[in-house]
Amino acid sequence: MSDAVTSQVPAADGDRAWRRRAMALLPWLLLALGAAAPFYLSGYNLSLLGRFMAFGILAMGIVLIWGHGGILSLGQGVFFGIGAYAMAMHMKLAAAGDGQLPDFMMWSGREALPWWWEPFASPVFAILAVFLLPALLAALFSWLVFYRRVSGVYFALITQALALAFATLLISRQDVTGGFNGLTNFPSLFGLSLADQTVRDGLYWTTLALAALGYAGLRWLLATRFGNLLRAARDAENRIRFLGYNPVPFKVVAFAIAGMLAGVGGALFTMHAGNISPALVGVVPSIEMVIWAAVGGRYSLAGALVAAVALNILRDSVSSAFPELWLYLIGLVFILTVTLLPNGVAGLARRVSRR
Amino acid sequence: MDAALLLNQLFNGISVASIYLLAALGLALSFGLMRVINMAHGEMLMLGGYLAYLTLIWVPGAPGILLAIPVAFVGAAAMGALIQLSLIRRLMNRPLDTLLATWGVSLILQQAARDIFGAIGVEVRAPDWLNDSLQFGAVVIPSARLFIILVTILVLGALALLIRRTRIGLTVRAVNQDRMMAGATGIDAGRVDLVVFALGTGIAGLAGVVLALLGPVTPSVGQSYIVPAFLVVIMGGLGSVLGTTVAALLLGLFSALAQTVVDVSAAQMLLLLFVIIFIQVRPQGVISIRSRALDE
Repeated sequence: MSDAVTSQVPAADGDRAWRRRAMALLPWLLLALGAAAPFYLSGYNLSLLGRFMAFGILAMGIVLIWGHGGILSLGQGVFFGIGAYAMAMHMKLAAAGDGQLPDFMMWSGREALPWWWEPFASPVFAILAVFLLPALLAALFSWLVFYRRVSGVYFALITQALALAFATLLISRQDVTGGFNGLTNFPSLFGLSLADQTVRDGLYWTTLALAALGYAGLRWLLATRFGNLLRAARDAENRIRFLGYNPVPFKVVAFAIAGMLAGVGGALFTMHAGNISPALVGVVPSIEMVIWAAVGGRYSLAGALVAAVALNILRDSVSSAFPELWLYLIGLVFILTVTLLPNGVAGLARRVSRR
Repeated sequence: MDAALLLNQLFNGISVASIYLLAALGLALSFGLMRVINMAHGEMLMLGGYLAYLTLIWVPGAPGILLAIPVAFVGAAAMGALIQLSLIRRLMNRPLDTLLATWGVSLILQQAARDIFGAIGVEVRAPDWLNDSLQFGAVVIPSARLFIILVTILVLGALALLIRRTRIGLTVRAVNQDRMMAGATGIDAGRVDLVVFALGTGIAGLAGVVLALLGPVTPSVGQSYIVPAFLVVIMGGLGSVLGTTVAALLLGLFSALAQTVVDVSAAQMLLLLFVIIFIQVRPQGVISIRSRALDE
């Protein structure tokens, strides 16, 4: 009897160790699969994959703030939009040439470039803006709210109001933002022609590299003391205060990082898609971004990245054939993941592999 | 800016505040009780609007409008009860998840409305007296706006009576103050939640009738009022009807006055800034129940 027990335990342990090793290999496998994509995907599909991977970068930021920080943002589209518009403004100015106005400004009868457009003519400034502008705005905004100890549902609703105000502002300032149509028509990127497939492959690999970098960076960050304190503040903010920590800086920094990832995602999206418009940054897209992380698993970086890509592939195929169906489907996904799979697909996979 | 324009805008602000308040009351009541926000609340306005449209097809004219009010109230309340029983009750103590799940409901209801009634929206023919306006010197008051304010005052009065003077109101106040103690004294907190939630969605349905008299009912009509209503809830303080009323008035007046200076979209940005500045001063809202509880 006792023999049977002792002989079973190492076998189960070995099995589990093997599974753990397989799980650790999974990200590398995905990376290899992704890196080889230009060799087996058509140019159009590659561009789609690049776009969706840009969404995935944003979704990993949501895992950081929502899963680990307990901060639900319904306004990530704003930071996505700032990164996207910063890059689009640069490409628009590059397309117009020296001293010329972008085409849509001439159509709406503007005579001169607004002063805040001018620095975006420099590629270095545009790239810095993609990273820093969303991060700074996210830091300022979240600090104003968090330091008065307003959080939870209140914070989610305020971010939603921010998304609404941002999209409305973009639409109403037609002459300087391109209005409802947004910014489009970018022939080149940093002097390279975007019609060239090698340039597009390079853009795709850059996206993949940034996604991998974001994944590795966040994994590291979440394993540090910072990650521990963030989770502690999520679970018992007041207890953290009694222990002598101020949780506000942790939450603000996390929110700024998520904002930066959203901005980088936005800039990459614009480069792949060749356009950006208010329809991609408003209330509805912002809340859909959360569902990517929810389906993937709110605690799982890889889950969110994969789910963002998978859900958007699904969306692309469903909404081109049955546009009405998509809203029912995504509505059901919202309800079902939250009620039945609160830890998403990654949580389900973990539960199955532990069995 | 002359005095007449200012007075006009003040009046506008009060009528805008009335719509915000009707949309926010249900949200605020159930938020105070359960700490959850129903993102499909805007669709209750929409539902009320479409129910008014259907009622007026069936019974045209003034009696139809009188009939539409109870029909919309009951219809939206029934939908609210359904959402509460099927979804929100299951997600107790998970307020952020409730936001996401009810957003799913909102998407489905909007798309269903689009499939049933079309994306463009339907018109409810308002009686002629609603399209009139009263004139006091340079100040012009459209009857429709006066009507909204009257309806809002009636709803507020009825709600105050219900909460202050009836047994149901007593149980609501008890659960609002201390859910566990109320439960210990034999109050069925789950039933109180259900009643308040249905009542709140019913009020939103009623607000939908009012909106239908002012403009076309579209599948996204609720979305245009719901974000300001959320801001009203944030500013109002937990579950206080008075606080919600004051917050709605502040936001409505602020937005109307801001629109005399800047355009609508900039006014929206200013409104958000106003709320953020407001919570710097009073993060607990206009009215807060004093308590020694640490974690609300």
